[in-house]
Amino acid sequence: MLARYGLRVVALGYLAMLLLVPVGMIVYHTFSSYGVGPVWNAMTQPDAIAALELTLKVALIAVPLNTVFGIVFALMMVRSNIPGKAFLNALVDLPFAVSPVVVGFTLILVYGQNGWFGQWFVDHGYPIIFSTPGIVLATIFVSLPFVAREVIPVLREIGTEQEEAATTIGATGWQTFWRITLPSIRWGVVYGIVLTTARAIGEFGAVAVVSGSVIGQTQTLTLTVDSAYTNFNPVGAYAAALELAAIAMCTLFVMNLIKPRRKT
Amino acid sequence: MASEAIPAPRRSILGAAPSGVAPGIAITYLSLIVLLPLAALLWVSTGYGWDQFKEAVTAPDAVAALKLTFGAAFAVVAINGFFGTIVAWVLVRDEFVGKRFLNAVIDLPFALPTIVAGLTLLTLYGPQSPIDLNLAYTRKAVILALLFETMPFVIRSVQPVLLEMERDMEEAAASLGANRLTTFRRIILPTLMPAILSGGTLAFARAIGEYGSVVLLSGNVPFHTEVASVHIKSQIESDYTAGAAALSLVLLGVSLLVLLTMSYLQRRGLRHAR
Repeated sequence: MLARYGLRVVALGYLAMLLLVPVGMIVYHTFSSYGVGPVWNAMTQPDAIAALELTLKVALIAVPLNTVFGIVFALMMVRSNIPGKAFLNALVDLPFAVSPVVVGFTLILVYGQNGWFGQWFVDHGYPIIFSTPGIVLATIFVSLPFVAREVIPVLREIGTEQEEAATTIGATGWQTFWRITLPSIRWGVVYGIVLTTARAIGEFGAVAVVSGSVIGQTQTLTLTVDSAYTNFNPVGAYAAALELAAIAMCTLFVMNLIKPRRKT
Repeated sequence: MASEAIPAPRRSILGAAPSGVAPGIAITYLSLIVLLPLAALLWVSTGYGWDQFKEAVTAPDAVAALKLTFGAAFAVVAINGFFGTIVAWVLVRDEFVGKRFLNAVIDLPFALPTIVAGLTLLTLYGPQSPIDLNLAYTRKAVILALLFETMPFVIRSVQPVLLEMERDMEEAAASLGANRLTTFRRIILPTLMPAILSGGTLAFARAIGEYGSVVLLSGNVPFHTEVASVHIKSQIESDYTAGAAALSLVLLGVSLLVLLTMSYLQRRGLRHAR
């Protein structure tokens, strides 16, 4: 009995100190130190709105691309006999193993001023580094594996019986995909999309390296938190952090709604 | 599978395998997004050559940053391995009010942007700490940030193993007179160890590259609280490409090595289990 309570106290204490109290504190601190009005003002500043818009815009490009890629890739890994599967499988996980700063740095090596293709893009009027395309590329990189990682085990689990049946009675590959495969993997896909979106909205390190963080132009919400804080504008920092924390809470809520359903 | 009378489906027996241009586009996308930038890193580092690489990774400030990064990562894996196992145990075996809520918030570090995590910890453990505990700009702050970011890994890898673990072994041990500590040491811990290690490995790989949560909290003092990723960032900003490339390669190499080792051990473990 004593051991049981002891372990419970240790576990709860650890979670409280590391997770619950800090996150509760930030909400409390934001409103108690600055008040609702100033926080709202900071959130509705033109630059803050521009940052929110940029963040959403980048996510709107990165998430659909990575979702389609993730589904196709998962189907290839589980349903095709292509050569080099082990290599591709390792390659898709690489973004989890690379530091965000290194991600940004490698993009500079390719698209930066002295990079492989940097000058070409600048000459043609599409600078990538210190501009929105660089932010999009960095975001796509870091959030690439989620959908594929979620869908692959689900695809393995559902097997091929129903798909084979559909094919046997004359369904085309496309029809089989829409009517049989996609409905069976949908919760895995949705879960992957949620994780991709959270990462896309919340990415900081990789974006910080490539964006240049020009206020009102290439500054995302996460960059706003950093630059406002270091430029002695704590209200701005806490306001942006609160928006991001709210998005994270929604993410967490949706994750927990979907979790029990994603395994068929 | 199709019988003779029915026209053979174009894509063989594998059902909804992507056909036509889809696989080509997917592989091109993956190559452009992931492979091309990493190839550039390899290419550029090779271009600078071994001497420049050695000079960059043996520079005193780089050595200090790497030592701090790997040391802190090991410490964090040990701490989270210990507490994470306890938390997983309590979440599976214990019953108390609010358990479901607690289980739901474990993933918060994955959902919360790293920079927000940094600001959050700074609010509670920084200069304006309401509990009078100021860790900002110390090495403890680095550990704290990494503990937060990597907390879910061990918990989430141990939890399913505990859920599936049959209790009859524990009961048998107890009925043979083993006390709780012996049962834990001889029965439970060996079963959980692979999961603890694989969670710990993921945590380690994450910790050595972490940037966002550390950057506000640690103060980035060279030779003291500057971690490798922060050091790389400052090298990029001062256009020291050879240095940034060398350190990037070290970080990338170590996390790849660690993750590949884990997946090798896991596959071997799976074969054993079967």
